[in-house]
Amino acid sequence: MAKLDPRDWDSHPSYIYPGYKSTVKRGPTKPLIPIKASMAELRQPVYGHDSIGELDHDLTRNARMNGEPLGERMILTGQVLDERKRPVRNTLVELWQANAAGRYVHKVDQHDAPLDPNFLGAGRCLTDSEGRYRFLTIKPGAYPWGNHPNAWRPQHIHLSLFGEHFASRLVTQMYFPGDPLLQYDPMVTGTPEKYRNRLIADFSLDITEDGYALGYQFDIVLRGADETHFENR
Amino acid sequence: MLMSALQTNFGQTPSQTVGPYFAYGLAATQYGYNFNQPFDDRVALEGARGERIRLVGRVIDGDGKPINDAMVEICQPDGEGHYPTSVEDAKARGFRGFGRMGTGTDAHNRFVFQTVKPGANAAGEAPFVGVIVTMRGMLLHAFTRAYFADETKANAEDAVLAQVPAERRGTLLAQRSEEGGQVTYTFDIHMQGERETVFFDV
Repeated sequence: MAKLDPRDWDSHPSYIYPGYKSTVKRGPTKPLIPIKASMAELRQPVYGHDSIGELDHDLTRNARMNGEPLGERMILTGQVLDERKRPVRNTLVELWQANAAGRYVHKVDQHDAPLDPNFLGAGRCLTDSEGRYRFLTIKPGAYPWGNHPNAWRPQHIHLSLFGEHFASRLVTQMYFPGDPLLQYDPMVTGTPEKYRNRLIADFSLDITEDGYALGYQFDIVLRGADETHFENR
Repeated sequence: MLMSALQTNFGQTPSQTVGPYFAYGLAATQYGYNFNQPFDDRVALEGARGERIRLVGRVIDGDGKPINDAMVEICQPDGEGHYPTSVEDAKARGFRGFGRMGTGTDAHNRFVFQTVKPGANAAGEAPFVGVIVTMRGMLLHAFTRAYFADETKANAEDAVLAQVPAERRGTLLAQRSEEGGQVTYTFDIHMQGERETVFFDV
């Protein structure tokens, strides 16, 4: 049975970080109990190419009603690796984000900015044989939130992955280089300072497509294990 | 070539919160958005081996209030202790082994999984369901397990439960009830407070 590399507690935010107010009543307060992973934590969900639609990775096209979504087109791509720098192949990457105006389709989002009838803001894909994923989308806008006076979330894209194990699960957000809001955002500042830059994508002229879209590279590192599973492939 | 931050500072990508707006991305069908989802409340389909049950619970905050924007994911074997090994295997056995539900669509903010009672996967291990809970207000998800209160003997011999202080073990036990032939196991997840659920560093 595989033995997992530990969750690197230094790299992750704490459960309770008062700067992000809602953590105070929601994060566990008692010490976690360390246990050896069983198969339940070592499995990854099974899914195949038949659960991924042809346009699921292309948010500029996967929700069109009567035209193209508004905003700056962008490409988001990167490699998913484990801590031993092995590519995580054929793994599901799910993505969701606000539209160019900083508004989410979610019914609870009541920010006074326009919805875009041609943009849902959700996508998914599987990584390839080198662990690479690629999305086409629209650069999300910043938006206000109620955490503290004049609080604004930096532009960001939400990402969700499992990797090879239930226990290598990661939900994260990628941010854009040079965003002046990063220093004020408690989700960013709740992350240990030394590792915050792992949340910030690189702008890449190599990924940028001439006449079409700007390119950003965001590589993702998941917990590894001392053996890899192949039975789900 | 890796992105610049990882070239000089390689390691695990930090976790960030799932936020309040995950529904249309991760659980679109459940919430009525026009997008499908790869996992949902149906863990066991027709033909799955094992006793058919519902695994039901709420996620409760430090004020004792049910949380309406949490997401719960579960991973379990079927009634014979078998985890699906491939998409084909999952289809053949009618068992997906994996579920995902947000707590924002049920009137009582419950998650309700349609599944089977798992069998033990390994000798000396009590049957259980692996659980991930995350939500707005958590910068990283937490792992717990739902064991079954009526598995008294297996639970008493389980090595993981033995690591949990006796007075907290009850937080990991799903309670059985039956109504009109429907078997339900209830597993409330308390994030904080006197009955704070045991979370694992796994």
